[in-house]
Amino acid sequence: MQKLVRIESVAAVLPEANVDTDAIFPARFLLLTTRDGLGRHLFQDRRQNADFPLNDPAVRDAKILVAGENFGCGSSRENAVWALADYGIRVVVAPSFGEIFHTNCFRNSVLPITLDAENLATIQSAAASGATLAVDLAAQSITLPDGAKVAFDIEPNRREALLNGWDETALILHRDAADIAAFEARQRETLPWLYES
Amino acid sequence: MPGRTLYEKLWDAHVIREAGDGRSLIYVDRHLVQEVSSPQAFEELRREHRTVRRPDAHLAVADHAVPTRRRDQPIEDPQARAQVAMLIDNAAAYGIRMIPLRDDRQGIVHVIGPELGLTQPGITLVCGDSHTSTHGAFGALAFGIGASECHTVLATQCVIQGHSRTMQIRVDGALPRGCTVKDLTLAIIGRVGAAGGTGYAVEYAGSTISALSMEARMTLCNMSIELGARVGIVAPDDTTYAYLHGRPMAPRGAMWDRAVAYWRTLPSDADAVFDRTMTLDATTIVPQVTWGTSPQDVLPVDGTVPDPSHAADDATRRRWQKALDYMGLMPGTRLQDIEIDRVFIGSCTNGRIEDLRAAAAMLRGRSVAPGVAAMVVPGSGSVKRQAESEGLHTLFLNAGFEWREAGCSMCVAMNDDRLAPGQRCASTSNRNFEGRQGAGGRTHLMSPAMAAAAALAGRIVDVRQDSE
Ligand code: SF4
Repeated sequence: MQKLVRIESVAAVLPEANVDTDAIFPARFLLLTTRDGLGRHLFQDRRQNADFPLNDPAVRDAKILVAGENFGCGSSRENAVWALADYGIRVVVAPSFGEIFHTNCFRNSVLPITLDAENLATIQSAAASGATLAVDLAAQSITLPDGAKVAFDIEPNRREALLNGWDETALILHRDAADIAAFEARQRETLPWLYES
Repeated sequence: MPGRTLYEKLWDAHVIREAGDGRSLIYVDRHLVQEVSSPQAFEELRREHRTVRRPDAHLAVADHAVPTRRRDQPIEDPQARAQVAMLIDNAAAYGIRMIPLRDDRQGIVHVIGPELGLTQPGITLVCGDSHTSTHGAFGALAFGIGASECHTVLATQCVIQGHSRTMQIRVDGALPRGCTVKDLTLAIIGRVGAAGGTGYAVEYAGSTISALSMEARMTLCNMSIELGARVGIVAPDDTTYAYLHGRPMAPRGAMWDRAVAYWRTLPSDADAVFDRTMTLDATTIVPQVTWGTSPQDVLPVDGTVPDPSHAADDATRRRWQKALDYMGLMPGTRLQDIEIDRVFIGSCTNGRIEDLRAAAAMLRGRSVAPGVAAMVVPGSGSVKRQAESEGLHTLFLNAGFEWREAGCSMCVAMNDDRLAPGQRCASTSNRNFEGRQGAGGRTHLMSPAMAAAAALAGRIVDVRQDSE
């Protein structure tokens, strides 16, 4: 997985609540079986509308998206995150996220930052004015052009994994193989019907 | 120490190690593999030279991309054909059992898991699909995961998860005539909101829930994700055991008795404490219909389309306005004056035999209204055969419905079953998001009986009046 340490960029603002994964990545493109190049389908239907915030040329290269409540709700489709990442978005800031989407972000080196209303408003207005924001994962802060900082929380293990670009599957295989085998041996004794097939 | 909830018992029984941050490495007993969320997971196995740890714990089936007509022909759409072929190849290459497209038992993954007896109380079950919550109806810890987590499950039989907070939704009383569990489910979503359940595992309890059939419990748990909750569960009981007994993948003989003895230990202890509780009186439920673009945009069928100028705050006002613009509706319109173009009866929410019976019961020799295109898509081949043995298909066909092969169909519009831009659909599925049933399509969610009644009338109707 790609490392994520510091991201500095202008930010696109999409302040709607409940932006679902169908909007982020319409279902008909789920027939694609790769994960590369999906950025061109990001918000594809919504982008038909010229006023859609991501159509603003000023934020075409934005690596940061400032979103609304419950962003990424709906389906488990990881394609939504693959499309965001492929488009160039590495950080999504929102008051809350759909749960599976939130997990999917971490697995694809996209940092979901949850902020309370007040801090979100600060970031939102800075982003809307075209400011360049600096997200520093090690320091857990977003710095505005005037030097003001907004701190954010993140679970230490997830931060570590992003900073180092760790692959969760490799870690489990490396560290937990014996414990998994022991669990299976135990379960085979206590719940044997789960091992008949 | 207080007792434990069902969720906590399921969780504790599967923790291999605490991962810190409140997350744990959880053992996965069963994994359902479908064509859409698995190609990239298998691709990663190949790229990283990893193997499938326990091939017997997975079951593969194609449901999302498959056509619901002409199953004797190769799939027409080259992308869908390639995606299904990839699932077949991957299952074969890694020794995973697959239910082929032309098999009698093929169907929507969340319908066939229970039918086969694969879904059982006490297990952890995952699938790269958010409606995996359906299987919680059996007292299983079942939740949707992303494609790269599917890879982790294939390779390690584990997944790292955060422990949810617990919410009990307690429903008592009998559902009034004309009201089904779908109405109850939509009413709960309207009350809790689309994000209100985020971070929670919801347990449904109370006399109404205990009296529900397994099919109805599945409808309820299915839409937990529409509350933002990844997990919705019902404690296993005699209804659960009666449903499972004798199913092909359920335990047999002495193993069955052992299993039931274990399952009986699972329900929440009387003194268990939930982080949040909510109670509902089932006798107050009225048939529900959605008017907007989120399942929380739901109202009793005798209501009117809300007026954004009456919204409680600015954000809500903007959201309502946007939903009305998309849905092509004016504030104050009576829901029952909304005309529809299409009807879809099916999906993992309402594509089971009871749903088809409820819809068929509305027909009574009447016909689909002129100009309305209506279709029934059974949730599985088994549901289809059962319905045909009861003659339901004849009722539907005579009324002017199309009778299709099993699959996700117009719930997700990944095949050619989809709405044209601007078309309005009465649908028994679970999501009314913009574009969900086809770009520009407009979805009104409701129960199977309400959808059937809408097909006959050509507009949204109140089944309570229809059946008088
Ligand atoms: S029927 Fe709809 S909700 Fe259910 S699995 Fe298929 S696409 Fe998903």
